Amino acid sequence: MKVSTTLLTVVTAAMITGVPTALMAQSLTGAGATFPNPVYTKWFDAYYRKTGIKINYQSVGSGAGIRQYSEGTVDFGASDGPMSDEQLKSINGVVHHIPTVLGAVVLTWNLPAVGSTQLKFDGPTIADIYLGKITKWNDPRIVALNRGARLPDQDIIVVYRSDGSGTSYIFTDYLSKISPEWKEKVGSATSVRFPVGLGGKGNEGVTQQVKQVEGTLGYVELIYAESNKLPFAQIKNAHGTFVQPSLSTVTIAASSAEFPKNTDFRVSITNAPGQYSYPIASFTWLLVRPDTKDAAKAKTMRDFLRWMVTPEAQNMAKALLYSPLPQKVVRLIDDRVGTLTTGGQPIGK
Amino acid sequence: MTAPTKSSAVHQAPDPTSGLLGTSRADQFFKGLLTLAALLIPLLLLALFYELAHGSAPAIAEFGLKFLTDDVWDPVAEIYGAWPLLFGTLLTSFIALVLAVPLSLGVAIYLTEFAPEFIRKPVAMLIELLAAIPSVVYGLWGIFVLIPILRSTVFPFFRDTLGFLPFFDGPIYGPSVLSASLILTIMIMPFIMSVSRSVLLAVPNSQREASLALGATRWEAVRTVIVPYARSGIIGAIILGLGRALGETMAVTMLIGNRHEISASLFAPGYTMAAVIANEFSEAGTTLHIASLTYVALLLFVVTVIVNAGARLLIWRVGRKSGG
Repeated sequence: MKVSTTLLTVVTAAMITGVPTALMAQSLTGAGATFPNPVYTKWFDAYYRKTGIKINYQSVGSGAGIRQYSEGTVDFGASDGPMSDEQLKSINGVVHHIPTVLGAVVLTWNLPAVGSTQLKFDGPTIADIYLGKITKWNDPRIVALNRGARLPDQDIIVVYRSDGSGTSYIFTDYLSKISPEWKEKVGSATSVRFPVGLGGKGNEGVTQQVKQVEGTLGYVELIYAESNKLPFAQIKNAHGTFVQPSLSTVTIAASSAEFPKNTDFRVSITNAPGQYSYPIASFTWLLVRPDTKDAAKAKTMRDFLRWMVTPEAQNMAKALLYSPLPQKVVRLIDDRVGTLTTGGQPIGK
Repeated sequence: MTAPTKSSAVHQAPDPTSGLLGTSRADQFFKGLLTLAALLIPLLLLALFYELAHGSAPAIAEFGLKFLTDDVWDPVAEIYGAWPLLFGTLLTSFIALVLAVPLSLGVAIYLTEFAPEFIRKPVAMLIELLAAIPSVVYGLWGIFVLIPILRSTVFPFFRDTLGFLPFFDGPIYGPSVLSASLILTIMIMPFIMSVSRSVLLAVPNSQREASLALGATRWEAVRTVIVPYARSGIIGAIILGLGRALGETMAVTMLIGNRHEISASLFAPGYTMAAVIANEFSEAGTTLHIASLTYVALLLFVVTVIVNAGARLLIWRVGRKSGG
């Protein structure tokens, strides 16, 4: 007891006095989104090997990331959904949203009757299934989209994410754009009040639910579906084509989005235009201070952001099945990162 | 749970240090240190209560006590009501208790009174091992093993035989109030069993021998002498189990289906207070959402305190009646 207390005191003292001054320029802390955590971990590790700069990241969830950023307890935040207008107002809009990679949500099902046939859906049908208005697998609207598939006369058991998540945010954001009724009755957020269905915790909870019960329909992240070999549906996009979810169709969706000049990147790319755009996709963002007092920290942050959009880093994301940013967005980010300042002055080389 | 016995023991036993107390500076210091430590715990409880009340203030101002009776939980429209959560927590804990108490008491009595010597210790040790398993492991086991069995065999059997009751009617998904209650039953059993066993072991052998000498059978001795003697301790064991059931989070979240609704059927999904906090807290964005989740935590805290206080009262009354 006594020994451990002494040890604790020594460690605490070291933390308060010595270590930060020594490492100040070489370390950053961040917190937030869990979805991009694997690629962030990879990046921060690679960046540490390359430059000796340590970036500590806690994947505590987007909501907590936004909170910690707003309270100023971290150097940067991370979120799967952009900050709301209310949240921006509370910090007087002092934030840059910097996109890092892209995520997508796919629909998966368990229906032995259709075998390995890939199902197809369009937005209004998905919305009505999740609203509880389409209840049977052989509903004429599903049949019309899937000519040739042997859809059984079976109840659709809807599965959703019970935990607050970026996945739910992307999914409900898409449905809100497609269906006015969804927008009015349910809306979009990291957790919403789903009118029907069962809640599974996490991608794995939804997946187990879907795998175990016949007649289920659920939504999970593309990466999770790919790595677990789940079947997933083609979705009809705004252009009218059925699009296979993949790294490239998600990147295409991002490049077809329109960015105003000096954009904050706080844009939704669900239901994006373009022939090959996968419609249920989104950026995930880092939340970065436009102006950092500490010059060394400001430079560290800026240098990392510049490196993050290089092909070297973006290819690491690709290896982990994250869709890389389109070139157009990379250029915009480079411009935006150039505007970061320290104490009102431009950051030096 | 053994407060009456303890205090009487203190009164009766002559205090060997009474003459020395207060004379030595080291003793004074030690006494002060212990007093401080003892006071720190209630202080911690109060601080926790204050923190929860403070954090939930916006939600209390917005919803007041209606929070307890409203059944809508809509983070988009910012309307929060906790009735299904409160109900789900109490229901799952109640079912778990009803199932776990007879089972674990039976095991405890068997192990202390009836079992042959060579299986007493090993079986007791194995059951206590169950208490050491992390709840997320129970949750995974529940998803991968328990639920498939329940869905394919057990639940359909209940529906076919007891389907006339509303509790066993309706569609079977797997994750449900009943699945969560069953995992809770398994999780609290080792606690109740292990504490009851220790209490039964503490019953003096003279009590056993006396009742047997009076011509009681083994069973009569258990029923009329041993269990009544250990009653307050056994109730304490049950309270311990109940406390764990009320607060259990991970395994329940994984098995209950997380649906903010109250349904007559035990096959339907439900929700509990601990589960909603685990699900939504990390991603909650708005002030009111966070405050409402904190309000739920406050509610859970108060429910636990009420249940514990009620149990203390029960033990106290039982203890008085039996003259212990």
